[in-house]
Amino acid sequence: MKKAVQINVNGTTRETEVEPRLLLVHYLRDVLGLTGTHVGCETSLCGACTVTVDGQAVKSCTMFAVQADGSNITTIEGLAHDGELHPVQEGFWERHGLQCGYCTPGMIMAAAQLLERNHAPTREEIRHGLEGNLCRCTGYQHIVEAVEYASKAVNREP
Amino acid sequence: MARYVGQRVKRTEDPRLIKGLAHYVDDIRLPDTLHVAFVRSIYAHARINGVDAGEALKAPGVVAIFTGKDVSEKIGPVPCASALPELKVPDHRVLATDKVYFVGHPIAAVVAADAYAARDAAELLMIDYEELPAVVNAEEAAQGGAVIHEQFGSNVAYKLTAGEGDIVAALASADRRIKQRIINQRLAPVAMEPRGVLARYLPGEQELTVWSSTQIPHLLRTQLALMIGIPENKLRVITPEVGGGFGSKLNVYAEEALLGWISMQLGRPAKWIETRRENMQATIHGRGQVGEIEIGCKADGTVTGLRYNVVADLGAYHQLLTPAIPTLTGLMLSGAYKIPAIQINVTGVFTNKMATDAYRGAGRPEATYVVERAIDLVAAELGLDPVAVRRRNFPAPEEFPFKTATGLFYDSGNYEGALAKALENAGYERLREEQRAAREQGRIVGIGVSTYVEICALGPSQAMPAGGWESATVRIEPTGTVTVLTGASPHGQGQETSFAQLAADELGVDMGDVTVVHGDTAIVQYGIGTFGSRATAVGGTAVFVAIEKLKEKASKIAAHMLGTDAVNVVFAEGVFSIKETKKAAAAAGDGKAADADSDEVPEPVVPVGEGPAGALPEPETEGRKKVSIQEVALAAHLARELPPDTEPGLSATYFFEPKNFTFPFGTHIAVVEIDRETGEVKFQRYVAVDDCGRVINPMLVDGQVQGGIVQSIGQALYEEVVYDEQGQLITGTLMDYAVPRAKMIPWFELDRTETPTDVNPLGVKGVGEAGTIGATPAIVNAVVDALSPFGVRHIDMPIRPEAVWRIINSSDE
Repeated sequence: MKKAVQINVNGTTRETEVEPRLLLVHYLRDVLGLTGTHVGCETSLCGACTVTVDGQAVKSCTMFAVQADGSNITTIEGLAHDGELHPVQEGFWERHGLQCGYCTPGMIMAAAQLLERNHAPTREEIRHGLEGNLCRCTGYQHIVEAVEYASKAVNREP
Repeated sequence: MARYVGQRVKRTEDPRLIKGLAHYVDDIRLPDTLHVAFVRSIYAHARINGVDAGEALKAPGVVAIFTGKDVSEKIGPVPCASALPELKVPDHRVLATDKVYFVGHPIAAVVAADAYAARDAAELLMIDYEELPAVVNAEEAAQGGAVIHEQFGSNVAYKLTAGEGDIVAALASADRRIKQRIINQRLAPVAMEPRGVLARYLPGEQELTVWSSTQIPHLLRTQLALMIGIPENKLRVITPEVGGGFGSKLNVYAEEALLGWISMQLGRPAKWIETRRENMQATIHGRGQVGEIEIGCKADGTVTGLRYNVVADLGAYHQLLTPAIPTLTGLMLSGAYKIPAIQINVTGVFTNKMATDAYRGAGRPEATYVVERAIDLVAAELGLDPVAVRRRNFPAPEEFPFKTATGLFYDSGNYEGALAKALENAGYERLREEQRAAREQGRIVGIGVSTYVEICALGPSQAMPAGGWESATVRIEPTGTVTVLTGASPHGQGQETSFAQLAADELGVDMGDVTVVHGDTAIVQYGIGTFGSRATAVGGTAVFVAIEKLKEKASKIAAHMLGTDAVNVVFAEGVFSIKETKKAAAAAGDGKAADADSDEVPEPVVPVGEGPAGALPEPETEGRKKVSIQEVALAAHLARELPPDTEPGLSATYFFEPKNFTFPFGTHIAVVEIDRETGEVKFQRYVAVDDCGRVINPMLVDGQVQGGIVQSIGQALYEEVVYDEQGQLITGTLMDYAVPRAKMIPWFELDRTETPTDVNPLGVKGVGEAGTIGATPAIVNAVVDALSPFGVRHIDMPIRPEAVWRIINSSDE
């Protein structure tokens, strides 16, 4: 019944046997113990569970772990490198882009992916790019400012 | 002096949150944990003729199944803390027994080895329902028809009349009387983290720990102890990271008691994490008022009286504060105005729906919406500018404390100040000109103003069901770091930062040396919690006064260390020093010449990590004129040479009881344009000036206001909990319930005025709900203003494009 999968998460390849119906988000949270990825709606509407799969932002509650077999996944825990925050993480901290923090990992992952596609998004483009992610606390304005901050930081990098 | 207070200090909470390393309830993993899934009613109203768990019990991984019959004698009812005269309180058991009363009403708890197994087994439970007529419409329910709780004979839970002044005479004396039917639709709070509970009973120690996503850990502990029947001192409630509450977690829920009880029965940890669908069905809703306004005014716009007859849709059961919410509406019906006579007549009605309760603002957004719509109705009736009517009825700054006809004393205010600033920031006159020009071009543009006042810092204990004070303990540890324990329970508001700012400034230490601890009843002294915009105004004040007490003691010890009396010692920037008077200098120096280095204060006293642990060195104070508060803390803990009758240690606890509420206020201005083809409302501008008294961290205040406004936008334009005529929940997921997304939101132009309060020594009023209270009417007023050429004086929320389109297309303008 269980199926063997080989998934690289945050730079480490893991081989695990999983139930075919196991959701990717539960694989990350319950099998690997990476609880930074959150579940907010189970219907792929809130975006709290956003991770990147082979560089694409994916809502990990809409994907089975077996579908991720052979892929490279980055979760919020893998975004900072060598203790240095990703510019989007930095932006969220600098610009008060979070309050309760529950949507934040998914929001940050989606924003990081947005900046991969578009290094200098306008405010409208940021809002459009984050449309798949709900935040109930901030009212989004500080999130937009956080992504603007990150965008400037990314563009300063060589 | 203030290094931190008043600054845009980055949050100390954030590093763990942005790295995904924080722990919400579902992130806490205990070995051997069982998982619980609930079987919930699929009908709004039905008799249960039987529950057959036979198949489910055989399912893989299932450990136990509990039904209403198993627990109804074992666990006490879900509590309601509201005490209103002749209030009808149904017996609210944690699981349904004979009847179910709303879609989502829990019937059975399935306990299994993992969450997937629990949900699989829950599908196998056979419930024999006999469907009964559903009571869905609150107004009809008040009139008669099917009765939900038969023992009461009707669906009316209570009737209440409040307000002062002769309303009949006041309305009779008016030049004009305007009536308007008005609806505050049901809303869902939708905290991004659904509820969740983890319970662990240790049979040896006989201790139960409950981790719950709640806003009120201590109140929850007391209530759970009573419900489950465990001594309160054997029950520990921990609120780890809480992913938003907005009032929905200011409650005591059936699931919290059940999980604790289940863990006690099975001797293993038990966890339940609410799904979003459960959250929409069985976490409290907010608002739910259908009413009629009657307002009387003179020809110049002076309001003579306001009456609000309202039917409150309470749902099937009372949760913690359900019946009390409309009473808050009554309290705030004077708004920011001098209204000589006010009356509210509330009929609280049971319906076959989830309970309504405190959702951000909790009764005050309803009141503000009523009053601010009413003022605009007066303006429209008299052909006056809405701003002029507001100014006509404001109390002047010198009239504070201002007594309302609802029995409140507004502490302080300068309503004209905030209004004038907002009008200037918006360029109001120019906006009106632009509107005229736009109308000539056939565009549909509206400007809406709301000059709100709200009631915060809840509140004096006299007015609260379970205490309105808040507590704090502040201590300085032997190595000089500061620990602040607050009875408030922040869950996104940022008090780990703002209280650290306050403590660091008051103690003259670095913010990095301060840790704020909350949300664990085994660590923190009893507290009330975070709701009602109270945490900083009440809880922050407790921190402030506790520090004052701590410094008083420290000052005596410092004086002893310096060889003088406390009266000769002053405290500034973390250092106690001898006052520069001849007498004091003589006393301290004892005639000897002071050491050249005696002014230097070593810091930190015990360099953590820089030397071997072991016996701590006594601070060397011989011949010195100054001593740091950390040195005093060390001396206080070593306690070898304390002044006579001095307790060792350096810690102070304070329970602050406020003498009044606070009344923040402000002006919100929305500018909208309506798409003629689609009826869609689009924002052009949003300008707000809020006054929440003294500000500790402007960045956090902005965040509170912005988030609040977006929840207002949700109510005004998008959100509504919809039940169909059978009581089925139509808006059961986030696909159907329209929480605003980033693209729907305008750029907010925020500003502030600062009118302090004398209700607390910090001068802080509170800001958590301002945006949700002030913004809704500004938006609706703007839409009505836009549609006024079509003869519109009012439109109900949420203002859906279809309704607007129909107005545009059924009128000849």
